Amino acid sequence: MKRRIAKLCIAAFALFATAMSLVGCASTANDPRDPFEGFNRAMFSVNEGIDVVVKPVAEGYDALVPGLVKTGVGNFFGNIADPWIAVNNLLQGKIAEGASDVGRVLVNSTLGIVGLIDVASDLGLEKHAEDFGQTLGKWGVGEGYYLYWPLIGPRNVRDTLGFAVDVSVDPILRAHDVSARNTLNGVRFIDTRASLLPVDKVIEAAAFDKYNYIRNAYFQMRRNAVHDGSPPPLDDDDDEDEDKEK
Amino acid sequence: MKRFFSLLLGLTLSVSSALAQEDSPDALIRQVTEDVLSIVRQDKDIQGGDTRKVIELVDAKVLPHFNFQRMTALAMGREWNKANPDQKKRLADEFKTLLVRTYSNALTGYRDQTMRYKPASRPAGDADVVVKTEVMQPGGKPIPLDYSLGKGPDGWKVYDVIVAGVSLVTNYRDTFTQEVRANGVDGLIKMLSDKNKQLEAGKK
Repeated sequence: MKRRIAKLCIAAFALFATAMSLVGCASTANDPRDPFEGFNRAMFSVNEGIDVVVKPVAEGYDALVPGLVKTGVGNFFGNIADPWIAVNNLLQGKIAEGASDVGRVLVNSTLGIVGLIDVASDLGLEKHAEDFGQTLGKWGVGEGYYLYWPLIGPRNVRDTLGFAVDVSVDPILRAHDVSARNTLNGVRFIDTRASLLPVDKVIEAAAFDKYNYIRNAYFQMRRNAVHDGSPPPLDDDDDEDEDKEK
Repeated sequence: MKRFFSLLLGLTLSVSSALAQEDSPDALIRQVTEDVLSIVRQDKDIQGGDTRKVIELVDAKVLPHFNFQRMTALAMGREWNKANPDQKKRLADEFKTLLVRTYSNALTGYRDQTMRYKPASRPAGDADVVVKTEVMQPGGKPIPLDYSLGKGPDGWKVYDVIVAGVSLVTNYRDTFTQEVRANGVDGLIKMLSDKNKQLEAGKK
């Protein structure tokens, strides 16, 4: 499995490098965080194309599956993700949160029937969202350039590395049984896509340029996540310093 | 029709009761949120995606507590000062229409989520605060929903809404800045009004 992921990563980087050399000069970059905008926009279109197929499946899932089942599915994958979230909280020095995540796994895997019911939340052990990209950020690793990947979408360089680590420890992708692995991964993918449907609607209406809107939102969101909801104010966010710049 | 009037009456009453409490921004946010949600919870049309009805609700209940001039200024950054008072008014009107239309839609997606209000930590006498709330959804991590408010002559007004760390206002900054630099303030006004017309035409 690890070899497969390594191969996949190499293939992705090779594709990336090739595409980069093709579109590098034709880049329409106007955001310093996004020097590969030409390539990224191409990948964005690829994903929009893939989504033409994926979105109806997610919509069907959302419409047909009863709410209780969807909640169970979400809880199940949430429980599978919790151990790694615990590790990341601990790596970031957030001992209480990490311990709470461990508690969640213990409670939900047993009382919560293999994670289908989120008993832990009712007991006050709140669900967290941590990943290795956030841990790297907490350790002071810079964001790096913005990249738009096929299938997985927006990731800056730091989060791309983080994602590679997240994937390498993902229990579902490490499952030995191929059909179980594929089924679980497929359901998780559709469940995740379905959970984004309401966001879709808002972005569709709000954005003048969807690519641009998502890029800005991504940087804001990740910055907020790394700082656990209290990011320091940005210099250029300050609308009272107009006269500083020429 | 009778239902409409009782709704209107309810709205008027709760807005005035919200106004009475405006000395505390946390209380204001809680009051307005709970009022709006209790209406959405009972309204099958809104749950079914009736855009016009949601917008009426938002107009009546939510908008009085927003400062759209300040929001637009924040979205435009330095370019705001290039606009004359008349342009500023038109910009704020168009931006308001866009935000209302866009995010009212989100309310129609409201189902069985509940809200949690976090105690605000602010120095006494501060004229600028962030009120933090969370949308609790079954089977998921709570979604942070923060409001920035400033105190003006007519009480506390919201000037930014931040969902999961994403400011719905500053997310437009580089789009707006680029447009003003390329086509001037009037270019941005046109861009906003075109978008609003397109959204108006697209709704059912």
